[in-house]
Amino acid sequence: MLHPAAIAIATLILCLAAALAWIWGANWLLDRILPPRGTAISRNIRRAALIRPWLFLGPALLFLSAFLIYPALGTIWLSFHGPDGKAFTGLANHAWLWRDGAVRQAALNTGLWLLVVPAAATALGLVGAALTDTLRWGGLARILIFLPVAVSGAAAAVIWKFVLDFRPLGAPQTGLLNALVTWAGGTPQPWIAQPIVNTLFLMAIVVWTQTGFAMVILSAALRAVPGDTVEAARLDGATDLQVFLWIRVPQIRGPITAVWLAMTLVVLKVFDIVLALTNGQWNSNVLANLMFSWMFRGGGDFGRGAVLALALMALVLPILVATLQGGARTRKD
Amino acid sequence: MAGITGRRSRPILHLLLAAMVLLWTLPTLGLFVTSFRAGDAVRVSGWWTALAPATQSGMVRIAGDDTASGAVRSGSVLRPDQSGARITAFGVSSRDPDAFAAGQTAELPLGGQLTLHADGRYRLVTPDPAASGQRVFFAATMPPAFTFQNYFHVLSSEGLVGSLVNSALVAVPSTLLPLTLATFAAYALAWMRFPGRALLAVATVALMAVPLQMALIPVLRFYNFAGQALGLDTKSFLGIWLAHTGFGLPLAIHLLRAGMSAVPREIIEAARLDGASELRILIGIVLPLSLPVLAAFAVFQFLWTWNDIMVALVFLAPQEVLTARLVNLMGSRGGEWEVLAASTFVSLAVPLVVFFLFQRHVVRGAVAGIST
Repeated sequence: MLHPAAIAIATLILCLAAALAWIWGANWLLDRILPPRGTAISRNIRRAALIRPWLFLGPALLFLSAFLIYPALGTIWLSFHGPDGKAFTGLANHAWLWRDGAVRQAALNTGLWLLVVPAAATALGLVGAALTDTLRWGGLARILIFLPVAVSGAAAAVIWKFVLDFRPLGAPQTGLLNALVTWAGGTPQPWIAQPIVNTLFLMAIVVWTQTGFAMVILSAALRAVPGDTVEAARLDGATDLQVFLWIRVPQIRGPITAVWLAMTLVVLKVFDIVLALTNGQWNSNVLANLMFSWMFRGGGDFGRGAVLALALMALVLPILVATLQGGARTRKD
Repeated sequence: MAGITGRRSRPILHLLLAAMVLLWTLPTLGLFVTSFRAGDAVRVSGWWTALAPATQSGMVRIAGDDTASGAVRSGSVLRPDQSGARITAFGVSSRDPDAFAAGQTAELPLGGQLTLHADGRYRLVTPDPAASGQRVFFAATMPPAFTFQNYFHVLSSEGLVGSLVNSALVAVPSTLLPLTLATFAAYALAWMRFPGRALLAVATVALMAVPLQMALIPVLRFYNFAGQALGLDTKSFLGIWLAHTGFGLPLAIHLLRAGMSAVPREIIEAARLDGASELRILIGIVLPLSLPVLAAFAVFQFLWTWNDIMVALVFLAPQEVLTARLVNLMGSRGGEWEVLAASTFVSLAVPLVVFFLFQRHVVRGAVAGIST
């Protein structure tokens, strides 16, 4: 019996070889069938140029269809079917989506997440970008703030659960937050088990992981702002803060919007941190986590899971439209 | 005037940034310190107490020793594992346990003298060699105590090494496969003219916004179906690679297309006039010139697949990768912070190394991905 790792490596090499064999083989075959020489040279070149892009695109399009487009359509189809995905149930799942209390709670929370997290992460990212660009030790600070971007949701959950750890009154508080609260004369709180408070902390953790991302992008955008506008404002007697707020920020409105939208997509997919810290208990559930639990709950209810995925998709649609409009605008420029 | 304002507001700016850096590093630092502390210490005191020397008090009975020939006894009140501790004060009765400073000589109530040095060495002179023993109370400053024990433990007996290997077996192929496929696709979108090109480029951008959740259930159903029909394992590495490849392709194509488009048109046109084939232009010219953007995507995809838990939970057996094991550990061993902390940093080691080595690529990739 071979070691699983050896089998995996062999499979990987096989997969990569297959991809390369396809691209060489298909191109070679095309040049054989429509050779760029001889009597029909110009016709052959023209025809080959029409076919060749699809040889390059083929494998990627196959994967995109098999793992994104076809499944997305499948999810729509499943939303009209029962737990096993076989019996047609009409709009029963969709009706359940609007009626169910747990869904409403998760939808409300997701709404709150959408309002708070992208705004907070973008704003803090902007502050971080401005500060690290001005101060001499900004480079080091930028790396340290950017670091949580590399941290997995699971690890971030452990890191913060330790900060929020709760011991009963009287016992030494080993969680940093409760130790500070006790030191300041307050009563230690079980932060994670309190509705709303736990959602605020979950949101703070996601802001913590995403701010660095927003910061580096906005920092790059700020540096691209032409210096002459800043100089002109300075000559007119504007303070540093005024220059930043009224001259530099308005000129990076595009990147700010892009970061905001990216953060919104991140928020909609938030799953691991909620799963690890509360698993949706104490009124802290979000749609992505609820969808996941319906996928496997009691053997899995694929119909309800699918309808919850559709709810997430519906929330993404406005962003999708905005992105596409932005894309269309840049192409026209 | 602007200069004055600028100079005056400087300290506030430093303070603001310092506060931010503190907030962004302290939580991680806390867990890092905890991963080097002994379990008993973790449960009774906060990690910040481990950074400063701790004051500890103790009592030792210098026992009567029948074989002792003389009236003078010497030794140490500290155990071998307490080396490094410094005695600050000592006493010979429980009512006054810190009556003397280290290095002083105490007169014993029943006659005799006791000298206790800062490093724990004592010298007891007693008039009666057969006396039952002399109690010594002392206060000592213990240096911060750190241990690698937690790491030895999680790496040897918690099955973490297996998960580490599994995470690598998921992340590396899930990075290489989409990179390869996207290279060809992105070249076609960037440098070949054909009907439908603009539409395809827009469609890839749109696919980036589609939540993964939309695809999970049908793909899972397909794997279950195919597994049963062909008698294969429904949860396999190949399965998760293919899924990650599909999910990662939109970003890959988008980033690589943007990077490849930046290659000067003249170079490509010249190569075409020389009769170079498209494949040769891609491999000989475009690929070497767009290595930075290839690296950026590779780093992103590696971090994302290494850190992913959702796709792993759906397509692999439970607890197989590090993230899944970590979440499981949180539920089952939530109180054993030292085990959790060490496991977390084992799981973080690889992404942090990748992050520091390729930091520039990550930043460049992020900027390129969002601004195009």
